[in-house]
Amino acid sequence: MDATLAIDPAAGRRTAAPAARESAILTLTVAGQLCGVPVTGVRDILGAQAITPIPLAPPEVAGGLNLRGRIVTAVDLRRRLGLPPRDPGAPPAMSVVVEGGGELYALLADSVGDVLALPEAGLAPNPPTLDPLWREVCAGVHQNLLGGERAERLLIMLDVERVLDIG
Amino acid sequence: MDDLIADFLTETGEGLAGLDSALLRLERHPEDSRTIGEIFRLIHTIKGTCGFLGLSRLERVAHAGENVLGRYRDGSLPVTSGGVSLILRVVDRVREIMAGLEATGSEPAGDDSAVIRELDAVFAGDGVVAGEAPEAEVAAEAPARARPRRRKAAAAVAVPEPVVAAEAVAPMEAVASPAAVSAPDAVTEAAPVAAKRAPGRRAPARAAAVRAEVRAEVRADGAVTEAPAPVAAAGSLEPVAAPAGEAVAVAQTLRVNVDVLESLMTLVSELVLTRNQLLQLARAREDSALNGPLQRLSQITSELQEGVMKTRMQPIGHAWKGLPRLVRDLSHELGKRIELVMRGAETELDRQVLEMIRDPLTHMVRNSGDHGLEGPAARREAGKPEMGRITLDAYHEGGHIIIEVGDDGRGLAVERIRAKALSQGLATEAELAGMGERDIQRFIFRAGFSTAAAVTSVSGRGVGMDVVKTNVERIGGTIDLRSAEGRGTTFLIKIPLTLAIVAALIVEAGGERFAIPQIGVVELVRAGDGVMHIKDAPVLRLRDRLLPLVSLSRILRLEDRPDAEGGGFVVVTQVGPNLFGIIVDRVFDTEEIVVKPVAPILRHVTMFSGNTILGDGSVIMILDPNGIARATGVGAEHAQADGRAAAVSGAAATEKMSLLLFRAGAGAPRAVPLGLVARLEDLPAERIEISHGQPVVQYRGALMPLVPIGEGWMPPGAGGRQAVLVFNDGGRALGLAVEEILDVVEEGLRIESGQERPGYLGTAVIAGRATEVIDCAWWLRQAGEDWFGAGRPADARRPRLLVVEDSAFFRNMLVPALGAAGFEVVAVASGAQALRLREAGEVFDAIVSDIEMPDLDGLGLARAARDGGAWQGTPLLALTSHADAAAVRRSHEAGFDRHVAKFDRDALLEALRGCLAPGIAQSGTAE
Repeated sequence: MDATLAIDPAAGRRTAAPAARESAILTLTVAGQLCGVPVTGVRDILGAQAITPIPLAPPEVAGGLNLRGRIVTAVDLRRRLGLPPRDPGAPPAMSVVVEGGGELYALLADSVGDVLALPEAGLAPNPPTLDPLWREVCAGVHQNLLGGERAERLLIMLDVERVLDIG
Repeated sequence: MDDLIADFLTETGEGLAGLDSALLRLERHPEDSRTIGEIFRLIHTIKGTCGFLGLSRLERVAHAGENVLGRYRDGSLPVTSGGVSLILRVVDRVREIMAGLEATGSEPAGDDSAVIRELDAVFAGDGVVAGEAPEAEVAAEAPARARPRRRKAAAAVAVPEPVVAAEAVAPMEAVASPAAVSAPDAVTEAAPVAAKRAPGRRAPARAAAVRAEVRAEVRADGAVTEAPAPVAAAGSLEPVAAPAGEAVAVAQTLRVNVDVLESLMTLVSELVLTRNQLLQLARAREDSALNGPLQRLSQITSELQEGVMKTRMQPIGHAWKGLPRLVRDLSHELGKRIELVMRGAETELDRQVLEMIRDPLTHMVRNSGDHGLEGPAARREAGKPEMGRITLDAYHEGGHIIIEVGDDGRGLAVERIRAKALSQGLATEAELAGMGERDIQRFIFRAGFSTAAAVTSVSGRGVGMDVVKTNVERIGGTIDLRSAEGRGTTFLIKIPLTLAIVAALIVEAGGERFAIPQIGVVELVRAGDGVMHIKDAPVLRLRDRLLPLVSLSRILRLEDRPDAEGGGFVVVTQVGPNLFGIIVDRVFDTEEIVVKPVAPILRHVTMFSGNTILGDGSVIMILDPNGIARATGVGAEHAQADGRAAAVSGAAATEKMSLLLFRAGAGAPRAVPLGLVARLEDLPAERIEISHGQPVVQYRGALMPLVPIGEGWMPPGAGGRQAVLVFNDGGRALGLAVEEILDVVEEGLRIESGQERPGYLGTAVIAGRATEVIDCAWWLRQAGEDWFGAGRPADARRPRLLVVEDSAFFRNMLVPALGAAGFEVVAVASGAQALRLREAGEVFDAIVSDIEMPDLDGLGLARAARDGGAWQGTPLLALTSHADAAAVRRSHEAGFDRHVAKFDRDALLEALRGCLAPGIAQSGTAE
């Protein structure tokens, strides 16, 4: 997915969240882990980008990138979640642009999947045994993913605000 | 309603908008000290401002609220849900009063005693807030709260909706009609605009929206009559019309909505970026057909940018408008007589910067009045005029604007700050001991630091200079202070003229590109053989100056290219008075960049002032020379003082003198002015004896102590020889044992970096090498405390000398030498400073002055002294290195009694003895 794909949150809601008790979730993969962020907070999805590293920044900050004249700070989800870095030969990371505190941030994920409509009731609280680092940034776990190969997998809901609370 | 109240309402409205959520956040996280601080400061500001505006009801409520918040802040009272409700009620009450104020121009009547009583009870410590009652009350007040909040929202809309604009313009017409009688031109201009912009729905004008939007300004005969348009409810029009009967002058101004200017600015910024991008593409293609139009486009873009920037420039006087009133009220409240002097009010700067500097300035003036100035009685006692003075000064300096806020009050009590810093755990005793006076004074910029003994209603709760500092730094500025106990304090704020577009040098280090704002760049030097190391610190010899260097890749912890240091470049940068070099690997072009702030999660990285997008579309970080200087210690206290001294002596041509170079211990060669050395000796080892553990030699019939210079001295072995520098004083002698005498050179001496190392004055470039200059006085003292003291009659009154000498080095040489010869010495650095001493009533037996000095030179000082006043008859001695006949004549004509070659200590002492001996004519000459 090279080109920029703009997501219209309103459209996303209409198609993916017909019932009031469902929420539209953009899925993404980080080191094999399926994660989700609410579609309503997503502003853009970008393919491979030139990212300028920022010296002395927290390690989670991958750098700055240019989104149509706006500077967006990129946060590497692998580092944020304490996961090993991407293999050098792996395809470049994708950026999910979200808003936090009036600023734009890009969350770097290995790949970006579909938008799912999931019942809010299906969101289970974080298991108490979850890694403290993850517990901090996870808003809960979806387990009843409908359809296909995902049926067996768990989806971690990311709390974007907490993810961006670095330092 | 006057301007101040209108401003107060706008500003406080903005602050209150965020307060509810902050309070709710506090309720969730009662330990969050940042939130507490934020809430406290806002309430504090409201309280403070109210006091000056005479809004007593608001002030009382805010004060009671602040008391409670103060206890939350210092942790002596736990934050409870009930407490938060109580503070929320305070906020509601403030809103309610403000709404009334907005509508009628004065505080509405009402009784706040219930809330205040509850607050006081909590403050007093019983902490019990009735659970039910207040909750109910909050509910009851809810509708009242909701209304003003909606209004605030309307006022806070940054980009006005068309409807808001229409509302805003409507009263403009109304305003225009009465003015039309006297100001036909201006009005016919304005009216159609208004009509055009308000075609559709015309809602009843809402005061809040109106106030934020429109202000009418009518220029008449150059004088500006300015008034907020319909300030209160629509219909109160009286202040707007031009003075009746006066013809309206031709100069016309049109008030433009700030948002329009803002969006223009953004567009121009984008245009500049696009232009840069185009230029870069064109350069790569060498398509000559494009070049012509592109040049033109580039030119027009630059002019447009300049024009738009100009529309945003405002005289700083705008930010000072409220201050005279504030000072007046302050003076009443505090019972002090205060005079406010404002200079440079016409100095222009970007309005965005202006807005951000307004509050800090107000705060600082308030501080100066409250803490800085003493009461009238104390001033009389200190021999000062009863009327205290607060001075505001603004001027441009190299792309920056400098604002000085000064007072002639009591100055900062260093001892008290030291004690306070210690008691608050901000520094340890050992750290404090190693700090310069100014470093200690700078503690007042730390959060929560306040030295006001009493908590006054004006200030003094530790909300203070830290907030000012944060605000100044947020806009890329710096703040510093200078203070002398008993004589006053001056704060210096340096801020950029604009935040938007700057020229920057693009450099590369460690494989990454960075932008350095050109403002601070003095020059660009190829780093070659000039880079030397003193221990691990790289320095660059640049035109006989030693420049401290910092490696960019090292401070940014980037991969260091081993070969880069030799082959790279040095960007010579100035921060305040300090010069330093930044080592980079490569230097590219300069580019106009649009400064964009960095994301909040990166704010703590002080090395960067922002980021931007280059012509090729890549993101690049903008370096902050201030941050680099701070991080590397370049701006540390002693270096700063020294840099200034070096700059000053740089102005006066460097005077040449004979210097003796020698080697002692490891490292750089050492130097001492030859004039101080009596003789050089090369003694055979056998003559060195040890007496009381100290090496001595028999020398000309007396015992001369030997002081080894340099570490680990050993007496030379049998048959060896010892090089000794002999210093003489009266009949006594002292020898400095050195390893090897190298050379005598004739050179200008400029000491560059003053290390805090006993025995050394600093480092200078001598004969092309970094050389350490020794502090003779210190070494001589090593021979024993009584070295200079012996032979002086203890009871004799010591003659008092004033030494006026701009070079710190010469002062350092002269003062101990003269002191040792039995004089009490006061030293100052310029003629102007000397005259200040005269004004202060100081009396001296003789004055020794340098001729060449900045500000007021020696000749000027002599003329001023002879012109009358207390120093008319004081003997004046000139010190100079230019001993030709014409110079001597000039100094005689100016009023000097004697003329002594610099650095001839014996001649100086002789001349002084001649001057001071009674009955000797004052016209004698000693060369």
